[in-house]
Amino acid sequence: MNSVILRTAASFLLPLLIMFSVFILLRGHYLPGGGFVGGLVAAVGFVLHMFANGLDETRRLLMIHPGYLLPCGLSLALLSGFTPVLITGEPFMTGVWLDDPVPVIGSIGTALFFDLGVYLVVVGVSLTILFTISEEVK
Amino acid sequence: MELLLAITIGLLYASGVYMVLRRSMVKLIIGIILIGNGVNFLIFLLGRITKGSTPIISENSDTFLEAYADPVPQALILTAIVISFGLQAFAIVLIKRVYKVLNTDDIDRLSHTEDYDIL
Amino acid sequence: MLTAVLTGFIFACVLVFAGKPLKGRASLINAVVPIGLFVYFCAQIPQVIAEGAIYKSYSWVSSMGVDMNFNLDGLSMIFALMITGIGSMVFIYTSAYMKGSPQLDRFYGYLGMFMAAMLGVVLSDNLITIFVFWELTTIVSFFLIGYNTHDKGSRRAAMTSLGLTGLGGMLLLGGIILMGSIGDTYSIQEMLNSGIAFSDNAYYPLILFFIIGAAFTKSAQFPFHFWLPLAMKAPTPVSTYLHSATMVKAGIYLIFRLSPLLGNDPSWNNTLMLFGGITMLYGAWHTVFRTDLKAILAYSTISALGILTFLIGLGTKAAFLAALIFIMVHALYKATLFLVAGSIDKATGTRDILRLRGLGKYMIPVAIAGILAAISNAGIPPSFGFLGKDLIYEATLGMGESAVFLTAAAVLTNILLLYAGFVVGIKPFMGTRLDPEIKVKKLSPAIWVPGLILGILCIVFGIFPAVGEGLVRPALSAVYGEPFESHLKLWHGFTTILLLSGITIACGVLLYLFVKPSNQKVALMAKADFISPQVITEQISRGFLRLSIFWTRTFNSGYLGYYVITVMVFVIGIVGYELVAVLHVKVDFSQLKEVTFYEMSTILIMISGIVVAVFSQSRLAAIAALGVLGYAMCIIFVFYGAPDLAMTQFSIDTLTVILFVLIIFRLPKYKVLSNMRSRIRDGVVALSFGTLITLLILEVLAQPVNRELSEFYADNAYLLAKGKNVVNVILVDFRGIDTLVEITVLAIAAIGVFSLMKLEIKKSEID
Repeated sequence: MNSVILRTAASFLLPLLIMFSVFILLRGHYLPGGGFVGGLVAAVGFVLHMFANGLDETRRLLMIHPGYLLPCGLSLALLSGFTPVLITGEPFMTGVWLDDPVPVIGSIGTALFFDLGVYLVVVGVSLTILFTISEEVK
Repeated sequence: MELLLAITIGLLYASGVYMVLRRSMVKLIIGIILIGNGVNFLIFLLGRITKGSTPIISENSDTFLEAYADPVPQALILTAIVISFGLQAFAIVLIKRVYKVLNTDDIDRLSHTEDYDIL
Repeated sequence: MLTAVLTGFIFACVLVFAGKPLKGRASLINAVVPIGLFVYFCAQIPQVIAEGAIYKSYSWVSSMGVDMNFNLDGLSMIFALMITGIGSMVFIYTSAYMKGSPQLDRFYGYLGMFMAAMLGVVLSDNLITIFVFWELTTIVSFFLIGYNTHDKGSRRAAMTSLGLTGLGGMLLLGGIILMGSIGDTYSIQEMLNSGIAFSDNAYYPLILFFIIGAAFTKSAQFPFHFWLPLAMKAPTPVSTYLHSATMVKAGIYLIFRLSPLLGNDPSWNNTLMLFGGITMLYGAWHTVFRTDLKAILAYSTISALGILTFLIGLGTKAAFLAALIFIMVHALYKATLFLVAGSIDKATGTRDILRLRGLGKYMIPVAIAGILAAISNAGIPPSFGFLGKDLIYEATLGMGESAVFLTAAAVLTNILLLYAGFVVGIKPFMGTRLDPEIKVKKLSPAIWVPGLILGILCIVFGIFPAVGEGLVRPALSAVYGEPFESHLKLWHGFTTILLLSGITIACGVLLYLFVKPSNQKVALMAKADFISPQVITEQISRGFLRLSIFWTRTFNSGYLGYYVITVMVFVIGIVGYELVAVLHVKVDFSQLKEVTFYEMSTILIMISGIVVAVFSQSRLAAIAALGVLGYAMCIIFVFYGAPDLAMTQFSIDTLTVILFVLIIFRLPKYKVLSNMRSRIRDGVVALSFGTLITLLILEVLAQPVNRELSEFYADNAYLLAKGKNVVNVILVDFRGIDTLVEITVLAIAAIGVFSLMKLEIKKSEID
């Protein structure tokens, strides 16, 4: 798949798709979207980049092995679950929200961070699987 | 439409079962995917389908004002879709591994680990 | 009292950590535990005699009627003293007998646990706790019998006894639950106080079967006796402690304890009398045909247990008195004989009675102990055994019309038992010359002192009958409900009983003088093996094994297709019958009119995707078809108000197809593996299953739907969780923990893929 068009397109598409995935993630609480879809869209972006520029290039771009995203995402989700326990003493996974919405992002609460954790895990899982397999195939 | 979807789901199940019963491991995975799709659809249909309306509360109100699609099956299916991706990936890699080690993809040749005798 | 019961367990736990120092020379220190407990129980005697019983209650699972209630009455006292007293002797004996054994600490741990469990059985007032401790004795016994793990015979014996006594435990549980549900309590005292008449209940025969079955397996009654001779594979201290003096008496204890509750019915008495009678004659008869000291003792133990069951079956006050005395008599002399047999084994290296003679001058204290025990066993005055035998005859003679028959059985048993006692306790020490091949080793005092003490007690208890009487008095009132008036004496004057005793002794001595044990007799008995309960049971268990192998091979063939077809056919049969025959599903085709064009075309795309995925010969085509199928599903999701699903399905589908395409050429090509016949068979099964699912869906759609849960989520999504996309709110808030677990599963799958791929295949893994 060594096409100039694809390579050019992919290098523009990757940032676009990542921005789009973050957008989907952030609006997930109010409109269709969320961590799962967002994560998958981001993964698709990276896979596209991989097809165009090769695995090594994508690796370099990503800087870390996608496997590291798994523990990060999991701990973030877990921490957001424990936040109410630590702060207000409410039960595990109770939603805690800031009173005023932040511009652009909207209301900020533990659910958002939880969704961010989901996002990271999904990106990590998809990329780990695909990278591992394509590396084997190469 | 429910009737058509029910028949499609039946077909998904039937084809999935048929593929699972094949001896090739690749077909086994295809069968699992087909059954997985069938299950997702089944849950979706059994939550009763309503045309058009989404389970999203409109911007100006705090609760639903009109009919809405059932959100619970949707939440269930959403996780199921993502999980089945993990399952499929794992199964494919597992089969690749088995093929590499045993040099066969005939499931019937995997029926015994080694010769053993209980008595 | 709880502490007293738990001491053994604590002791066992301590040994786990501090076993090393208590293994070698210092192992004698372990005996402090049982001796301490013995002293504790002795100290309780005055209070028990004065008050009848000491009752201590510790709440455990009160809501289910299960409490740690301990009731130390006369009966429990006799058993507790036996357990701790003989336990002390065995602990001392073990320190020398098992010297140098690498796992001595473990052995002591088992013994301590056993002691605790046994105390638990005899002290508990709650039937459930009795069951718990009862099972513990079974389990510990398993470990003790199989202590020599490298010996195949030991392992087999351990399995046999575990199997049989385990079966008994299950029966006991059944009986207990029945009794508990009838009596509405598990406390024996409460049952006694409320005066429930179990014999009037419709379940009485079943209770009887369960309880008596439990007692018979534990106490080695015919036809469950055979585990006991096998259990002689255990080290001698174990045989002494568990398989003669204490554990096998747990069954007797159970019958004793429950006879006030269950015993007022002829079926109870007759069963016990019959099986006890058979067992006592059977066991005694077999002693003549054995040459191994421990085998002889094992069969004489079976016989003695038979006598006890028989006596309880008689059910009269005299019989209960005789049984209580005989328990103590037997425990004392049989423990002594076992210790003597073990000492002989230790010193000479053999237990074969044909090779043992003339040991008297080499081991005088052992000889004295053996002879004293044999005298008590024979019932020669003034031993304790004389008292016991007198009481047995008194009980059988008091049975009215059947007295002659019962007495004859008792006399015959006692004659044979006398023979057995003489063979073990006297024969090895008689004669002047040793067998030339036998070298006698010197024994340490720890080996002969316990036997000598018990041997002397056999006589002391006879000379001072008041000791035994004092113990029996509260016990009799506990099991019979009436106080005890008469006095035990050695000398009654010239009576029928004395005559019978004389006959017994004379015949037994004659038997001993003229019948010699020989290998021919052993061989003779082996010929009758094919009808023995042991062989029959083994046949049955082998049959079960064969059945289970057949079953496993049939249903666990290892072929995936076979499993799937089995499950499918079963489900189709059961559910299909219900759907067609009971529910009469109606298919309403009129609704097809409302289907729009784009719906219809999406469905058609899906169906063609399915068909290609199934029938295509090209793997790539099949995967592409799967992709098409997934995208068509997206469209359906969009139609019916599930944008989240559509988006997710779309991205996942893309990734799946990419995944497949990446790896597809590394996967095996399709080959023609199955023939036409199996394809048609699979096709029929698959299509029937699909039809079944369709019918099921239609049936479910015809039922009303409960939307309570969805409504809750919908109403509270914004109010409680500040979100308007209800699906997302469910995922990240309402059911957040589920999602947390789900992403964990995903992460595990990714790690699994990663490690499966990166794992190096060793040469040895490839055939």
